[in-house]
Amino acid sequence: MSDTITLTIDGRKIQGEPGQTILEAAEAAGVYIPRLCAFEGLVPHGSCRVCTVMVNGRPQAACTQPIAEGMLVENDTAQILAIRRNIIDMLFVEGNHFCMFCEKSGNCELQALAYRFGITAPKYPYLFPSRDVDASHPDIFIDRNRCVLCGRCVRASRDLDGKNVFEFVGRGPEKRVAVNAEARLVDTDIDVTDKALDVCPVGALLKKRVGYAVPVGRRLYDHKRIGSDIEQPATTK
Amino acid sequence: MSSTLESAVKEICRACGNDRMRMMDIVRAVQEKFGCVDSQAMSLIAKEVSVHRVEVESVVSFYAFLSSQPKGKVVIRLCDDIIDEMKGGRKVAEALKDKLGIDFGETTADGRISLEHTPCIGMCDQAPAALINDEVVTYLSADSARDIIDKLQSHMDPKKLVSRLGDGNNAHDLVRSMVHNSIRKEGPVIFGTMAPGDGLRKALAMSPQEVIRDVKTSRLRGRGGAGFPTGMKWEFTRGAPGDDRFVICNADEGEPGTFKDRVILTERSDLMFEGMTIAGYAIGADTGIIYLRAEYAYLRAFLEHALAERRKAGLLGKNILGKHGFDFDIRIQMGAGAYICGEETALISSCEGLRGDPKNRPPFPAQKGIYAKPTVVNNVETFCCVARILEKGPGWFAEMGSEGSTGTKLLSIAGDCSKPGVYEVPFGITLREMLEMCGAKDTLAVQMGGASGVMVGKAQFDQTICYDDLATGGSVMVFDQSRDVLAVASKFMDFFIEESCGYCTPCRVGNPLLKERLDRIRAGKGEPGDLDYLQDLGETVTIASRCGLGQTSARPVLSTLANFRAIYERLVKPAVDGLQPAFDIHAALADSTEITGRESVHFQR
Repeated sequence: MSDTITLTIDGRKIQGEPGQTILEAAEAAGVYIPRLCAFEGLVPHGSCRVCTVMVNGRPQAACTQPIAEGMLVENDTAQILAIRRNIIDMLFVEGNHFCMFCEKSGNCELQALAYRFGITAPKYPYLFPSRDVDASHPDIFIDRNRCVLCGRCVRASRDLDGKNVFEFVGRGPEKRVAVNAEARLVDTDIDVTDKALDVCPVGALLKKRVGYAVPVGRRLYDHKRIGSDIEQPATTK
Repeated sequence: MSSTLESAVKEICRACGNDRMRMMDIVRAVQEKFGCVDSQAMSLIAKEVSVHRVEVESVVSFYAFLSSQPKGKVVIRLCDDIIDEMKGGRKVAEALKDKLGIDFGETTADGRISLEHTPCIGMCDQAPAALINDEVVTYLSADSARDIIDKLQSHMDPKKLVSRLGDGNNAHDLVRSMVHNSIRKEGPVIFGTMAPGDGLRKALAMSPQEVIRDVKTSRLRGRGGAGFPTGMKWEFTRGAPGDDRFVICNADEGEPGTFKDRVILTERSDLMFEGMTIAGYAIGADTGIIYLRAEYAYLRAFLEHALAERRKAGLLGKNILGKHGFDFDIRIQMGAGAYICGEETALISSCEGLRGDPKNRPPFPAQKGIYAKPTVVNNVETFCCVARILEKGPGWFAEMGSEGSTGTKLLSIAGDCSKPGVYEVPFGITLREMLEMCGAKDTLAVQMGGASGVMVGKAQFDQTICYDDLATGGSVMVFDQSRDVLAVASKFMDFFIEESCGYCTPCRVGNPLLKERLDRIRAGKGEPGDLDYLQDLGETVTIASRCGLGQTSARPVLSTLANFRAIYERLVKPAVDGLQPAFDIHAALADSTEITGRESVHFQR
């Protein structure tokens, strides 16, 4: 048995290692699969479904599906791109996202995905939910209006910080991220140096007093689109 | 009070071995004793079982029968599924509200009675029905509802509401319920006569591999809905590496319109236990778990008793039927009100004391199920079939039904028909034959397989009931010409919005969006383009959702779009003068009209 696995993504053969997910193998081969809940160093969550691909004709989340020999993966097809676009649209209308004054603007993965997919306005009606803000902590705040329920903070606090500051409560449209206290973040053992603070893809979990530090034009996604650091330049393909 | 709470919580946790895996039992017990699991109780439980407080909150906030806010000593849960509504449920709801002076979701000022809605409680054949704490009350009317409130207000004892007993074991001392079985047609597999031990004895005379071979030869497929070949599932589980293995019986019958498992649990529990024991032998498990939905708590004592009888008879326990080294026992795990827990990996999460979130697959339960051990999860009816296959032989079983769907199927039929109830029929009968059998007249539509199934019309009445044509886990709802199929679809969307676990985006967000546009069309404000919009959105929800709930949740919309398209087309109107019919300028201006105290000059009513 060989220790490499060969699979095909959009007609291109790539090599992966046993134990890798489709997302990891693709990334190592210079193929970007858009994702939101997946984050290097955290256990895969499979919740946002932005990384949906077709595997041998069946839909799977690339972030949780292990690679297998001879697998045929469709990543860049009209059908898959339309589904991803719909999911990104859903995330926008589900919350209250006001990019123009959000501290995360320019560094926000949700916003960057929207730009990558050419979304200027969502096609779904805004749901305008009523969500709360927790600014009780002196150094950190939570703005649930912007939360996309990706669970990165939940996993990072539990697995990287060993704290379980965050957990999901409620179900369905009522699902939200709660803190490990009766009500307020300040009553938890979170610290401003926790890794959980560095993983939020949007502006839902932020440090205070450091917003807008980087001027427009020098922010993460101002000049390069999300995923471009993974994608190989066309000439080397 | 708080010291009472503290000592009670300590005692409850200790009785559960301070084991976090038994969180469901712990929070259920606290809920029962104190009417809620409040913030203080959560902190206490967390301390006792060594988890974080927010993990307890995560569980409590997930299940409909658990609450962090105090509820009345008596909780009335009126079933609000579509069949109950058709049978006069709204009048019952009004009578209850009126009599109690509260709305749904509220508790009387004296803190005694709470009023709630709940999705299908498995009583569509005797609708409208309600749960009053664990008691079931059926065939409700506005008058009987008022009478119930009078009685409750005087004695506060739901048990005393049972004035007449149902048939069969519903009248058993340990059940004493007014529920009726409504068995309309008995077939040979489920309702044939049986003596406990018949199937098991034959199984134990064979090797486990031979048992699996027989189940495979019978071509039995799972009766819960998905139809996975049972023998293959068992073979995978037996072959998976690991020392402990588990058998789980899915008795979380939550699909709207299904009540056949209720009847099996009442009248054929021995057959089900026997099938589970055979599964235990076949895969090499020594523990079986029945996940019983909270709505069927009234059957729990009876089932515990049936298990005790089997232990006495040597059909459970150590060295079963004298077979040296074959030990197997079964315990009951109660649910707490969550349709999603009928999904096998969500069910496993719940058994492990977690929220009922489905798990990522792979690994599949056959490889890593409960406690990450190889696990077989089968439906109540599937286990009954297994016991019969071992008793009568796979050939006997496979001769019934059709090529890809062997054996018989229990159907729970309800709605616009004169003979609602449970029917055991061979696979392969046509819908037309079925409608004749249940006394349905003037049928407009049939919902096959519950909310997650499909709505079919006359054009499909010659199709057959089987896995490869019209599949159903058992639910059949009949609608006559007087019904509004889009109202039914909208009701089903409410159900999925309520019951989605919220884990993945397409199901959590897509379902409310489907409902919004469907209702807009129903209100006459739809545009022709809305049909493509619904199709595209529905397909995204179907393809991209993480589990079976989300993958089927768009079906009420997609199947009515396919089979009742003319109804949609009559409702949508092309835009006139470039105006969008969906846009209601007066509604949009309502807030500003109120704030400014004057109407818009341009858009006066």
